[in-house]
Amino acid sequence: MKHTGTVTGVEAIAALFAHTKAQNRAAFLPYFPVGYPTYAESLDAITAMAEAGVDGFEIGVPFSDPLADGPTIQAATQIALENGITLRKCLDAVRALRGRGVEQPMLLMSYLNPLLAYGVDAFVVDAKAAGATGLIIPDLPPEEAALFSDTCSREGLAMVFFLAPTSDERRIALVNQSATGFIYVVSLTGVTGARTELPADLRNFIGRVREHSDKPLVLGFGISTPEQARSMNDLVDGFIVGSALVKAGKDDAEAVGILAAQLRAALE
Amino acid sequence: MTDQYMRTNTTIVPDERGYFGEFGGRFVPETLIPALDELTAAYREAMADPDFQAEFANLQKTYTGRPTPVSYAKRLSEHLGGAQIYLKREDLAHTGAHKINNALGQALLAKRMGKRRVVAETGAGQHGVASATASALLGLDCHVYMGSVDIARQQPNVFRMRLLGAEVIPVESGSKTLKDAINEAIRDWVTNVNTTFYLLGSALGPHPYPMMVRDFQSVIGIEAREQIVEMAGRLPDVCVACVGGGSNAIGLFHAFRQDEQVDLIGVEAGGHGVASGEHAARFADPNLGRPGVLHGTRSYVLQDADGQIMNTHSVSAGLDYASIGPEHAFLRQQERAFYTLATDDEALEAFQMLSQLEGIIPALESAHAIAEVVKRAPGMPKDAVILVNLSGRGDKDLDTVIKELGKRT
Repeated sequence: MKHTGTVTGVEAIAALFAHTKAQNRAAFLPYFPVGYPTYAESLDAITAMAEAGVDGFEIGVPFSDPLADGPTIQAATQIALENGITLRKCLDAVRALRGRGVEQPMLLMSYLNPLLAYGVDAFVVDAKAAGATGLIIPDLPPEEAALFSDTCSREGLAMVFFLAPTSDERRIALVNQSATGFIYVVSLTGVTGARTELPADLRNFIGRVREHSDKPLVLGFGISTPEQARSMNDLVDGFIVGSALVKAGKDDAEAVGILAAQLRAALE
Repeated sequence: MTDQYMRTNTTIVPDERGYFGEFGGRFVPETLIPALDELTAAYREAMADPDFQAEFANLQKTYTGRPTPVSYAKRLSEHLGGAQIYLKREDLAHTGAHKINNALGQALLAKRMGKRRVVAETGAGQHGVASATASALLGLDCHVYMGSVDIARQQPNVFRMRLLGAEVIPVESGSKTLKDAINEAIRDWVTNVNTTFYLLGSALGPHPYPMMVRDFQSVIGIEAREQIVEMAGRLPDVCVACVGGGSNAIGLFHAFRQDEQVDLIGVEAGGHGVASGEHAARFADPNLGRPGVLHGTRSYVLQDADGQIMNTHSVSAGLDYASIGPEHAFLRQQERAFYTLATDDEALEAFQMLSQLEGIIPALESAHAIAEVVKRAPGMPKDAVILVNLSGRGDKDLDTVIKELGKRT
């Protein structure tokens, strides 16, 4: 599970799921955006979560037009942009977190356009060098991802793709074939943000995905409470919490660490 | 230039994946991909169904008032002292702009697909009004997202939409203009995708929208080509249209794409001038306008060095957008169409000129196309012919124009 220079991102993620599987629990992979509420506090929040024993991270790169995000993450990433956060600065953040001793896998989550502006090949190389484990690009379906796949496989960065309740068998098979590391399963039709209840037919949906997929499934969108986290153990291989942690991070990095510890403890 | 273009043969663009050369595609969250597949299939079926075609044609004739006329702008032509100028009068279409052509087509498709709930975005409000109108006609439930900045500058259209039974939802995020209205409409669509049809108003967004909107708007050029041949005795030397997302322009250009001798000119919003950085000229600003991905399609996008989308400025809400339809990027790359710009000042001058010389108050968007004619016509011979798309009427813009002219006196 430890990140070292000689282990590829895909291998680090495989080790992560081997570890959580041995413990008979789901992996907890929180999301947090770089630069919210400030650059320094976002690094503190991520460090606090690392110390709370989370299994890996989605490191959010802010974008001006985050069309898959709900109000909480929209507002936070807007503040990050106002704080002058660029993609380059997000790579600095990953490097700084590795320097602080954060060892868990870190996947950069970014909309496509900043990556295109940086240059795809240069970005993949620089992301790997900074210590990133993989990429998650919400507006890049596998059909459009050829630009990334060669460089990512050469650099050993995991390339995560999404499935949604609207995905049919053909798409499940396509995403399963394209994704490396894991598949990001969107729990509901909608944007990111905490929900009081997860969809009633979630278990059927996950079952349908399992029939056509052999990759680890990581559930995201709408999960915020320890009760919901506890229900993940017998449902999926991992889950993501974003908006609830961002809300906790408004004033206090420590509060993020406390919520992350509660979510993590619910898995025991 | 033309050789390569003809080999490409526009009748087969976009390709199966929605690409016009290197532009277009589908860059959206996974949730929407199956909906786009469903829409593409339903669209192809509808276009092959004579009953759908007949219903659409009948509505265009008996409801929209098509064909819209072409007017010879005699006094404007004389005043400018060069080419003879003809106006394709989309301002005379029901609701006062070309937007109704596409809105009716998509609303019919929504109904055919059994989706009673429709979401739309709007900038100037013309597409919102057209969507609300088509929804009222066909009994659909219409929700229009509109940036709060645009709501403030296009009040009459907001009132029209509400009167027509649509819900107008103010968008407070980002620059509070068209770009942000599209973000919110897409978020709504992602959330309600099983019951909702996204009635997108311009020739942009993920495949099949750029193709579908072009096809629904192509009636403009098909009619105008016949009309100009009848009135002027020949094809025009130049076709001119303003370009925001680019639906009225692609609607005019499409019928002329194989006519090599006809120059196709798109006019972007120059705002306060390219040097000011306050504009919506995607092609004219080499620093900020570069290929990128916004709202599901790869095209030219105004963006900073870090790939963040820039805020744009135009006196005209309908042109105030950071990207441009992918087929325009393709036509420009193929050198089949050329693109220029008109500043706010030039558009306001053209707005007054057309009003005073022809008795036609153009939309501020369309005034950008007229501004290009004002620059171009005097240098052309008297037997040359310019066909300009008067995409909408200007009643909605009177408040803005009064304010802007007040600033300038």
